[in-house]
Amino acid sequence: MTGPLAATGMIAAIVLASTAGEVLTAAAMKSIGDLDEIRAHSGLPGAIRAVLTSPLFFSGVFFLALAFFSLLFALNHLTLSLVGPAAASLTVITNSIAAKLFLKENVDRRRWTAAALICVGVYLLAH
Amino acid sequence: MSHRLKPDQYLVLFAVMICAPLGDSCLKRGMALLPPISLSHPGVLIAAIFTPWIAIGIALLIGFFASYLTALSWADLTFVLPATAFGNVVIVLISYFWLHEHVSWQRWLGVFLITAAVGFVAQGPSLTTHPDKNSVRHPATIPPQSEAL
Repeated sequence: MTGPLAATGMIAAIVLASTAGEVLTAAAMKSIGDLDEIRAHSGLPGAIRAVLTSPLFFSGVFFLALAFFSLLFALNHLTLSLVGPAAASLTVITNSIAAKLFLKENVDRRRWTAAALICVGVYLLAH
Repeated sequence: MSHRLKPDQYLVLFAVMICAPLGDSCLKRGMALLPPISLSHPGVLIAAIFTPWIAIGIALLIGFFASYLTALSWADLTFVLPATAFGNVVIVLISYFWLHEHVSWQRWLGVFLITAAVGFVAQGPSLTTHPDKNSVRHPATIPPQSEAL
């Protein structure tokens, strides 16, 4: 039997790892530049090379993999109906906060509203 | 740099929305056709990769990741997020129209909220530009990557 504290910790691990992965990946892609332009200049191999030579991209992928294995671990102890919607909806909110803090994105009222709607929407889809 | 998307960029976002739920559906269908797999025989999982539905599912998920990375290269993370969330809506629509499953009113409400969120964000600018520098750069002008965070 998993207690509420352990369940919170497992879900928090998924959310934090997923947020770190998404933000690092987004930062990597911004630093690489517009992939469409790179593909126009250097072709598809050039675009692939630009992505695969970015350490920031691999750090993002590492955290996304960590989030995936955290999810598998959590699913071994908790029900999918709890972990799925909780992790998905909380990740939307933490991604918005992290994008504003670390990526300096202009998260205006429109995007906060969208994040809140997605959060509630994902929760409802689990029912 | 325009904040509005070009038609081919909308196609990339459409691929983000469609490829992940279709890929997941193909994986689910492919795995359902296989006998129960035990962790003591991991080789069966490798063989599963080469079955048609799972191979198609993996190809679609690779397509999703490539589209997602492309979208992140010219749009904000908070602009692309609703597109990824819309994948949940596609799964519900597939369940209702293709698999003829019952969808509760709570799920329809969830579909409506996520669709509204996508509509909200799509009306705004796709990219944050800072007055001191352009957010999207040609590779030749890339600063050290540690500056991105």
